[in-house]
Amino acid sequence: MHLKNIKEIVNAEVLAYEEGLDMEILTAFGSDLMSDVLAYVEEDTLLITGLTNQQVIRTAEMLDLKAILFVRGKIPAEDVLTLAREKRIILMSTKESLFTVSGMLYTNGLKGISI
Amino acid sequence: MQSYYKDENNVAMKLHFDVIKDDFSRAGEASSKIKNTLRQLAIDANLLRRIAIATYEAEINLVIHSFGGTIEVYIKPDCVEIYVEDCGPGIENVERAMTKGFSTATSIAREMGFGAGMGLPNMEKVSDEFAIESQLDIGTQIKMVVKY
Ligand SMILES: Nc1ncnc2c1ncn2[C@@H]1O[C@H](COP(=O)(O)OP(=O)(O)O)[C@@H](O)[C@H]1O
Ligand SMILES: [Mg+2]
Repeated sequence: MHLKNIKEIVNAEVLAYEEGLDMEILTAFGSDLMSDVLAYVEEDTLLITGLTNQQVIRTAEMLDLKAILFVRGKIPAEDVLTLAREKRIILMSTKESLFTVSGMLYTNGLKGISI
Repeated sequence: MQSYYKDENNVAMKLHFDVIKDDFSRAGEASSKIKNTLRQLAIDANLLRRIAIATYEAEINLVIHSFGGTIEVYIKPDCVEIYVEDCGPGIENVERAMTKGFSTATSIAREMGFGAGMGLPNMEKVSDEFAIESQLDIGTQIKMVVKY
């Protein structure tokens, strides 16, 4: 699924690296536990989370993830946005909850990763 | 399990990073630099990701659990070796610490998304060779090898 479509489906605001929105991702993983993200995410996956600190960007960087979707209207601090731009990681934020966006994206064909 | 031993043979390049206790704002910087250096050496993306996971979980552990320590990377013709050493407090029961889900992390670490007790088991999983030795009041030493 194109990140552009994801943005529209969950009505997200783009916070960083908008230039990358044409890229495509195949799966998504929702978690606030970065250690679990590091343990389970292998392929190129959309990270959906309510955490907005620097470690979320670092985690995405380590795994070569292209995009992060923040839920519950969370917006990271400016230094976190700067780090994401530097690493070319797309950041988006939606007002919806993790459960709701997962359902919306799943219904539209985005799949979870295999654990 | 293997024992901790630093193999100084055939080291093409050495990287050294100091990691400071409770320095949350810089946690991950060493792993980021390691990843960038290895990428420039044209190391395969999958290996790069495994090395990044190993160094990053180790770096976070130094920040949240140790009194501070070092990460050294030995780049060799056939593998990358990662040595993580700290100066305490040491781990009382290494076997228990290696169990998935075991964690003594504080609420600050949990707020950052760590403290799931998945770090050490995952470091072992992504490594071709893994050794951990720890002594209370002295420190912890971890060796991880990722082969090309
Ligand atoms: N460098 C270290 N120094 C002291 N204790 C450590 C160190 N690394 C890990 N530990 C201990 O091992 C436990 C498990 O570590 P880990 O699997 O990384 O999970 P987590 O960091 O989420 O707690 C930690 O909670 C801690 O008690
Ligand atoms: Mg840990």
